[in-house]
Amino acid sequence: MWRWLRHAYLWLVYFLLYAPIVVLIVYSFNASKNPYRWGGFSLDWYARLLDNDLLLRAAGNSLLLAVCAATLTTLIGTLTAIALQRYRFRGKALFNGMLFVVMMSPDIVLAISLLTLFILAGVQLGFISLLLAHITFCLPFVVVTVYSRLVGFNPQILEAARDLGAGEFHMVRTVLLPIIFPAVLAGWLLGFTLSIDDVVVSTFVTGPTFEILPLRIYSMVRLGIRPEVNALATVLLALSLIALALSHFLLAKREGNPA
Amino acid sequence: MKTRTPFKTAVLTVTWGWMIIFVLLPNLLVFSSSFLQRDELEFVRLPVTLENYTRLLDPLYGGVMLHSLWMAAVTTVVCLLLGYPFAFAVSRFPARLKPLLIFLVIVPFWTNSLVRTYAMKLLLSTNGIVNDLLITIGLIDEPLRMLYTEGAVIAGLVYILLPFMILPLYAVFEQLRRDLLEASYDLGAGRWETFVRVVLPLTLPGVIAGCLLVMLPAMGMFFTADVLGGAKNLLVGNIIKNQFLDARDWPFGAAASLMLTIVMALLLLAYYRSVKLIRRRGNDVALA
Repeated sequence: MWRWLRHAYLWLVYFLLYAPIVVLIVYSFNASKNPYRWGGFSLDWYARLLDNDLLLRAAGNSLLLAVCAATLTTLIGTLTAIALQRYRFRGKALFNGMLFVVMMSPDIVLAISLLTLFILAGVQLGFISLLLAHITFCLPFVVVTVYSRLVGFNPQILEAARDLGAGEFHMVRTVLLPIIFPAVLAGWLLGFTLSIDDVVVSTFVTGPTFEILPLRIYSMVRLGIRPEVNALATVLLALSLIALALSHFLLAKREGNPA
Repeated sequence: MKTRTPFKTAVLTVTWGWMIIFVLLPNLLVFSSSFLQRDELEFVRLPVTLENYTRLLDPLYGGVMLHSLWMAAVTTVVCLLLGYPFAFAVSRFPARLKPLLIFLVIVPFWTNSLVRTYAMKLLLSTNGIVNDLLITIGLIDEPLRMLYTEGAVIAGLVYILLPFMILPLYAVFEQLRRDLLEASYDLGAGRWETFVRVVLPLTLPGVIAGCLLVMLPAMGMFFTADVLGGAKNLLVGNIIKNQFLDARDWPFGAAASLMLTIVMALLLLAYYRSVKLIRRRGNDVALA
């Protein structure tokens, strides 16, 4: 009896989590103009996406931003994780504290603090401000991902490299990086997803010259139901799932890896 | 490693520089501007004042604030009531199935929250599927007006934030030792007593961590209130956004955002206290 109830409850919660997404996907193939009535299968809304220049440009901007943000975040984040794991330095507690604050504090708090900084420093709102903001909020997540991999392997490998005469930089490049590479890639994917999904921070630090996809969608769905948003959402969902599956695969390989 | 190498110096310079310029400095700016006054041209000006904080308690804003806190609190409680039994149920499954079950919870977490809010709007519309369903099974005759209500905002927030509650709860249930439960049964406690006196205290850190991860975004996610709640159901996030982007009253917006930070600090404190308490109790038991 208890067992039965437990299973039923589990499926109920999964149903609640997935039903809205499934409805969204199904209706993106709807032939009817009425967004609530099923009128047969069609790809009309997808075709219409390709005609929408504004949307396509926003999508291109988002992709550019997410790739740049993810790459730079991964670079800085990996270095940060290495520094945190290998070096003792003054103010490490404060440093950890700041990373933790970025991770925990509500997006909106981070957003206004960065907006204030950009305005006071005279940074023009647009691509650069978006990039700097995205790197900042992705950073702790990449650091945590890479760090957890760094603490998981045998430090004697590094000592061996040192004994064999490798300098610090050489050792990091030829020994450390290959070992933590799956985590670095997973960090990149996480950064990419966080960046391309962000609405809150981007709303504040965006400028008129550089519109990105989530903000374009935001202004579309604020007003009502738009069937082409269903199609767009389905495409985005598929992309997120691919990124998730990839990162899961990369991190799962860790268990099978003796290093 | 205490030796100095050029590589180490370079790494530390970049990471410290980034944190100071983009984390420490901006937060100090917001903190100090919350004590200043509004200015049309320069955004803020002297003299120093506490007026922004007293305005938060002002009936005009106070009402909106309270309503927003209320919606965030209800969201948190609903997530907890849904997530707690769920995390427990998953933790009792065979070990080989657990990763898959948890993976299924993470998938929605990786998908765009704006898109999921929109999906919620699609469901709750007057002509939407939920109304259709209710009419078909004869529960109601007329479609209900569900969109643009408090309930819609809470439903949307719960839907988006539920994974954030489930994951920390699952982590504590995984650490819960089965032998403690058996000891409790052996000592004559029933199911209910075991739950209240053993399970609940031991899973408290997970409960608080989950509440932290749900409540803070539930106060800040202005787009959910915007898309599902209409003009009347605002979150603290909407107030902050209006002050910064429309009303151009930065000091007041900064004060509201500081209030969010204070709530965060209190919840974090509660989390650390609960973890400490359990460790100490655990030691007492071990010594006894």
